[in-house]
Amino acid sequence: MNYLMPEFLVQVDHERCRRCKLCVNNCGFEALDFKERVVSDDSKCVACHRCVLVCPERAINVVKNPVAFKESYHWNVEHIKNIYKQAATGGKLLTATGNEKPYKSYFDHLVLDACQVTNPSIDPLREPMELRTYLGSKPDKVEIVKENGKYKLKTKMPPQVKLETPIVFAAMSYGAISLNAHKALAAAAKECGILYNTGEGGLHRDLYEYADHTIVQVASGRFGIDREYLNKGVMVEIKIGQGAKPGIGGHLPGEKVDEEVSQTRRIPVGSDAISPAPHHDIYSIEDLSQLIYAIKEATNYQKPVCVKIAAVHNVAAIASGIARAGADVIYIDGFRGGTGATPATIRDHVGIPIEMALAAVDDRLRSEGIRNRVSIIASGGIRSSADMIKAIALGADAVGIGTAALIAIGCQMCQKCHTGRCSWGIATQRPERVRVLKPEKAKEQLVNLVRSWSLELKEILGALGVNAVESLRGSRERLRGIGLNQIELEILGVKPVGR
Amino acid sequence: MQIDAKGMYYRDLNQLILKAAESGEEELILNNVNGQRYIASNLDKKLRIVINGVPGNDLAAFMNGSEIIVNANGQDAIGNTMNDGLIVVHGHAGDTVGYGMRNGKIYVRDNVGYRVGIHMKEYQDSVPVLIIGGTAGRFLGEYMAGGILIVLGLNRKSNEPLTGDYLGTGMHGGVIYLREKPEKDILGKEVAVFDADDNDYAKIMPFLEEYCEYFNYDVQEILKQPFYKLLPVSKRPYGRLYAY
Repeated sequence: MNYLMPEFLVQVDHERCRRCKLCVNNCGFEALDFKERVVSDDSKCVACHRCVLVCPERAINVVKNPVAFKESYHWNVEHIKNIYKQAATGGKLLTATGNEKPYKSYFDHLVLDACQVTNPSIDPLREPMELRTYLGSKPDKVEIVKENGKYKLKTKMPPQVKLETPIVFAAMSYGAISLNAHKALAAAAKECGILYNTGEGGLHRDLYEYADHTIVQVASGRFGIDREYLNKGVMVEIKIGQGAKPGIGGHLPGEKVDEEVSQTRRIPVGSDAISPAPHHDIYSIEDLSQLIYAIKEATNYQKPVCVKIAAVHNVAAIASGIARAGADVIYIDGFRGGTGATPATIRDHVGIPIEMALAAVDDRLRSEGIRNRVSIIASGGIRSSADMIKAIALGADAVGIGTAALIAIGCQMCQKCHTGRCSWGIATQRPERVRVLKPEKAKEQLVNLVRSWSLELKEILGALGVNAVESLRGSRERLRGIGLNQIELEILGVKPVGR
Repeated sequence: MQIDAKGMYYRDLNQLILKAAESGEEELILNNVNGQRYIASNLDKKLRIVINGVPGNDLAAFMNGSEIIVNANGQDAIGNTMNDGLIVVHGHAGDTVGYGMRNGKIYVRDNVGYRVGIHMKEYQDSVPVLIIGGTAGRFLGEYMAGGILIVLGLNRKSNEPLTGDYLGTGMHGGVIYLREKPEKDILGKEVAVFDADDNDYAKIMPFLEEYCEYFNYDVQEILKQPFYKLLPVSKRPYGRLYAY
């Protein structure tokens, strides 16, 4: 007997239903069928809401299965269901997106300052607000010379990349998400003057035109990597870790490796694309440095090299090592960072929150006098402009958004990316599903999201009385903690409210 | 063109090589090379480079079609993520040779270190070939996803093992040929051993012949001992680990 009861129930109002079968054709999970009328296999429903939203008659709803378990705080329903699943399969529980557990969100315990009376605020509607951010290593000092009456920078700057607003789209590989999703991200990045990231899946030729807004990723599987690829972006990112799965590798199941993905990754159709947990040429900071400089050689020192790590206990010391290894940018991904597939036990129980990691890294690099050598991108559960702004105040140069970007193009957070069935055409390679995601429309939605957050950022900068995002960076004096204990305040480097 | 690399910083050396390539040189002879890293990693033009001395780590990383002859030992990560070309090492080579290699050939006369040929991969007619004349350390061909890896075990001491253990661990593509039947207990659990058949010999023959030309071996002598091949049991070694 299968002990698992459906998590959701599909309710069809057969009075209103016109029998158009749009819902049936739109369900990537094959939960709906048509037998004289729409019928559902509730056990397959994941609450992705595609049917609900495509139904022209609003005749479908998805509800939580109200079937009751005897309440137990310790043995909650999730634990019981997981044991049923494992008893039935003997496998690891696989899931997607980010950590869903009710750990404390430090963003929700931080509040921002504002100007009153003595230090006037600025009206962003009337006065210029500088959001432009440059990622890359900054020299310890710069020299300026006057030539023919004009001031010129004498110091040779390390390579920098420009963001018109301090946001990048997080790495999501072609394979994990669809080509249409990638097209939308790339086009939006171009329009917003920011960057998207190839993830570890190589780069599809259709995206070459967005090279000026591309971060190309090098991960342990080295898929699709050659000199052309390395030079097809403005920044190269070495992926060491990911917040949703610190310490483990990646594994794109063979089902998702179709002809196109195969061509981009340069592996045969249908074979698993396995990225080992470590890079097997990196067992130390010295080895990391070796790869950083191999990439710099291969790109003629024209591009900043970023190293992405998951936020773990010792993140500050690791970040210091990365800075000293020669990285230009450190990308820190907190434990709420998303993924297309990860064992649930890793996603939910490994790593630390980005807020704490960021504060610890910023402190460490400052105390060692090397903060200027690297830019920091923070990610892992940035849900709103407020989270972004607080991250910047804690020390980030920019934030990475992955989950938020996918939600902007229709993701309903059903956490089933790993099945490759995504009804919304995002986390799937099935042609009939990919087709429903319109890159042009999705791009607009992304552009709107970035615009909204940028406007809100300007609003808050104005309230803080500063006219550049640079003035907020690492300015923890403008943050206060609410409901945090002494040690948490200490690590975050913020005072409690009222002080 | 000859370059004296004595005491030269690797960046300066590699810039010189790049300039020479851009000015149309077709062959470079680098003398007194002593540990300079990343040689030929920055080249798109196809050059022939003869290295006299020991090149540093990541020789020919991301290399794209050049030919490199090393008249000495090599160090770690030779041909790292190499895209195409040929590397011939007249001596030993270090760890992680051919890591993530995508195409081209690497011929090493003597022994190699650990984790060699990890994650080599192939795609259509891009099939990388790595031949090791002597012995290999542990984790040979780990996570191998494609390509051909050959270990000959020439000039060995009588008790010297052909490879270390964890041979082919996590392998899910490509083939490893060994000129000796490996003990079961050194194998990764994702591979199985088979006798090489006529098709296999036909497949590796051109590479063996070329190898023998470089190192003055008699291919017929080498063929006197039978070859065995290691193949992954599944393209999906990790397909049944999950509860959905």
